[in-house]
Amino acid sequence: MAGEVKTKLSKNLLRMKQAGRVAPKGDMISGSIVKTICTKPWTMCAHLWMSKDGSCFEILHHLIQFMQRGLDSQTKKLLEEEEKKIISEEHWYLDLPDLKEKESFIIEERSFMPCEDLLYGRMSFKGFNPEVEKLMIQMNSKCKEEEIEVDDKMEADVSDEEMARRYETLVGTIGKKFLRKRDQRVLQDEDEDGDSNARPSKKAKKKFLKPQD
Amino acid sequence: MAAGSGAPAESCVGQVVLPGDVLLLPAHPEDDGERLRLGAGAAPRGRLLCGPGLRRCPTGLLVTKCGLLRHRPAGGGAAGAAGGAYWVDSQQKRYVPVKGDHVIGIVTAKAGDVFKLDVGGSEQASLSYLAFEGATKRNRPNVQVGDLIYGQFLVANKDMEPEMVCIDSSGRSSGMGLIGQDGFLFKVSLGLIRKLLAPKCEIIQELSQLYPFELVLGMNGRIWVKAKTVQQTLIIVNILEACEYMTAEQRKQALAKLSGN
Repeated sequence: MAGEVKTKLSKNLLRMKQAGRVAPKGDMISGSIVKTICTKPWTMCAHLWMSKDGSCFEILHHLIQFMQRGLDSQTKKLLEEEEKKIISEEHWYLDLPDLKEKESFIIEERSFMPCEDLLYGRMSFKGFNPEVEKLMIQMNSKCKEEEIEVDDKMEADVSDEEMARRYETLVGTIGKKFLRKRDQRVLQDEDEDGDSNARPSKKAKKKFLKPQD
Repeated sequence: MAAGSGAPAESCVGQVVLPGDVLLLPAHPEDDGERLRLGAGAAPRGRLLCGPGLRRCPTGLLVTKCGLLRHRPAGGGAAGAAGGAYWVDSQQKRYVPVKGDHVIGIVTAKAGDVFKLDVGGSEQASLSYLAFEGATKRNRPNVQVGDLIYGQFLVANKDMEPEMVCIDSSGRSSGMGLIGQDGFLFKVSLGLIRKLLAPKCEIIQELSQLYPFELVLGMNGRIWVKAKTVQQTLIIVNILEACEYMTAEQRKQALAKLSGN
């Protein structure tokens, strides 16, 4: 494991080791909390931590690991996986076989609206309430519109091919504007050379040339 | 209790069904789940809509209300269920709040930030003052006790108090909110409301030829009508109440008499 933790062994510890003591979960030891009950025999444990009164408990070592800054994300991931493995052994789970979910293709519905395609409840006739009349047209055509929208395709002003051509050039020109200076220089060189093989040599940093006497 | 074997659903369409009847659905492809059925043959079934009066049961659909079985075939449109719908067309006067329904409520109480509305159900519905379009903490809607409100249910199940709102999911009122002054509110059965709200309702079309008026139909059986004069309003009210039990000819005769006058 990357990163070492200070371990302190003492006579007490050895005694406890032999006795096969366990660290109860939740205990506070000098600021760190024991995350799970450690039931592994002491000889297998990687880390031990001694408290002030000399009794020793084990803490999941990565508690301490995480406290250390500057750890790689990789090691952290490894530690997380380990933690999961350890925890999964101690968690209880039901020993039942997986129930096969029945493919339900029946939806239960208590409302009449989707069954009968009812109209909108507010109506107005012969111009009595113009707003409601507008609403009527809007709401009642909404249901039908949904069908139509799926089939129709809006007529495009510009054809697809032209659009693609435009995009090819457009993205490049505007994209160049926002490049940083270094990248701009690279681009410039690319344009000039036009040869991919020549690129690596140009990219190399210019070394200091000692002035010749 | 002898459930026995049920009848296939398609054969019962348009017939009277009673609670306890089991409707068998046509056999569908193997419930493998993993295997995709490519190509023609059985096109993907889509979801079958099991409407009011029907419940899902292991063998098919269980009828819970008595009435006529209706069916709408698949491919009804983007708005409808892709796989068709079955429901029971039953008649009742008592309304049970259902989520998404547009109803007319009468304000019975103002309790702090919430209005209590009577919608004709077993409980009063609550409506927050912020559930109106353009309402803020400072800009409160001008709603008094006794006013009529057209809104939709946000929450409506048997375990909770029904909750209403007067805006839709995008925050616009789309016609909901306070219903204006004057007009006449009356109650009809729920079946008539659905008949009137059907896409091509003759009653409404014929009435609209008479004279200009405004109409609000709530799914809870309440109708609000407003016309230019009180007499015209009352005529429309009487026609709407009576048309439930009139045949088409009787109705046309009645309207002819009115338009003659």
